Amino acid sequence: MTALLEVEDLRVAYGKIEAVKGISFSVEAGQVVTLIGTNGAGKTTTLRTLSGLLKPSSGRILFDGKPLTGVPAHKIVSLGLAHSPEGRHIFPRLSIAENLQLGAFLRKDKEGIEKDIQRAYDLFPILGERRKQAAGTLSGGEQQMLAMGRALMSQPKLLMLDEPSMGLSPIMMQKIMATIVELKASGTTILLVEQNAQAALSLADQGHVMEVGSIVLSGSGQDLLHDESVRKAYLGED
Amino acid sequence: MNTLPQQLANGLFLGSMYGLIAIGYTMVYGIVQLINFAHGEIFMTGGFGALTVYLALPDGISMWIALPAMLIGGALVAVLIAVGAERFAYRPLRGAPRLAPLITAIGLSLALQQAVFNWYPDAKSARVFPQLPFGPVHLGSVTVQSGDVFLIIAAPLCMAVLAFFVRLSRTGRAMQATAQDPDTAQLMGIDTNRIIVIAFAIGGLFAAVAGLSYGLKYGSVSYDMGFIAGLKAFTAAVLGGIGNIYGAMLGGLVLGLAEAMATAYIADIPGMHQLGGGGWASVWAFVLLILVLLFRPQGLLGERVADRA
Repeated sequence: MTALLEVEDLRVAYGKIEAVKGISFSVEAGQVVTLIGTNGAGKTTTLRTLSGLLKPSSGRILFDGKPLTGVPAHKIVSLGLAHSPEGRHIFPRLSIAENLQLGAFLRKDKEGIEKDIQRAYDLFPILGERRKQAAGTLSGGEQQMLAMGRALMSQPKLLMLDEPSMGLSPIMMQKIMATIVELKASGTTILLVEQNAQAALSLADQGHVMEVGSIVLSGSGQDLLHDESVRKAYLGED
Repeated sequence: MNTLPQQLANGLFLGSMYGLIAIGYTMVYGIVQLINFAHGEIFMTGGFGALTVYLALPDGISMWIALPAMLIGGALVAVLIAVGAERFAYRPLRGAPRLAPLITAIGLSLALQQAVFNWYPDAKSARVFPQLPFGPVHLGSVTVQSGDVFLIIAAPLCMAVLAFFVRLSRTGRAMQATAQDPDTAQLMGIDTNRIIVIAFAIGGLFAAVAGLSYGLKYGSVSYDMGFIAGLKAFTAAVLGGIGNIYGAMLGGLVLGLAEAMATAYIADIPGMHQLGGGGWASVWAFVLLILVLLFRPQGLLGERVADRA
């Protein structure tokens, strides 16, 4: 069986500085795969390249059997790849409802869109209560919920979440992580980038540790969680 | 005789024209953060496009038949030049330092002026523009010239259509998203290049309506008419809050009114008698710009720059 997403020897550079130095990994349908690592490891660059915002200097990306390299960002969404970006990037002066509708920009099925908006409100009740409010007035955690809800609106085959817990209170972080578990249980395939290695590894099927642009260690979430070097470097243990 | 109603009306007419041109500055700035300094010339070519269509029509044709054709002709020329400028001058410079597209815009502005000056027949001085076939309309103590009648119908209509388009259409929603966060807009599946082209096209369309209005209002068009009018409209866009279409409309009206009031009444202030009259109109317009930049740099309806980040 071929994987939903296959990345082969991907290299991405900003000018002369190579941020991703030939990484390979894959995501099977139904899996949660996480990339962990410190700031500057190349995790966000990897996701931005997958969604077409950055052009790779070399390498291959196969999504659902089709090559993604060279496809413009606005066409990649329609193939079933949704990206909830780092820093949330909700549209601040549009309402919550309008943000969610934009997530379904390429869909034509009005009824289905309404249903999915309702589903986002069920998943995050606070969004439903404030649907008419400008998204920029939400708290960081609420904006994160909106960003995730918006990404789901395209009915993606693969959901990419970039640092969903960044800058959130511990309670909010737990909520977001619980939602990811819920999404996983409902069969959503997720590629998760996190600095919070503990949380990410404990819910991931597969994990990859990135350091300065390369994958230095791969394994199942549980294996990595108990790996001594990972515990030392990322889980803050001596 | 009380001249105030007439002066207010004059200000509104002038302001409507500034507002129409200002839309082009503000929409383009809102989406690509570029001040298209060639926009005044796009307004000018809109006027010349309309004139060209009129000259191509048979002599003695009714203005009522000619007018729609002139509007379409002017719009075609202005939209083509605006979209062409985006495609061939500005798009290759996207991501370049901000000074590069700015200088390009100024160069394009000069090139368009000189192209009309040198190549349009008899355009080295102003060319006479046809007039609407009715005299001034009297409303109480206010006299409205035929060109202003066109302006006062066309400007609010254009603005209302634009406001509905941006708020309610799918493309309008995509424009708002692109203005607020272009990268994320692409992640939604929005073709932001297409949105940018549409912003330039709408600006060109509105500039053409303004260019036609200018010809009808002043009875002539000239190769350099876009220079001061463009600067005024840019002032209007900044005054209203650049990036905000309602701001462009409001800024245009406020600027037009301020100019009319200052021209008519400033000489009545003791000690200012030599500062009145039309020769000083532009001075007061730019004084207003300086005051806005000093005390409310985000403009009347502008948002704090911080939430753009």
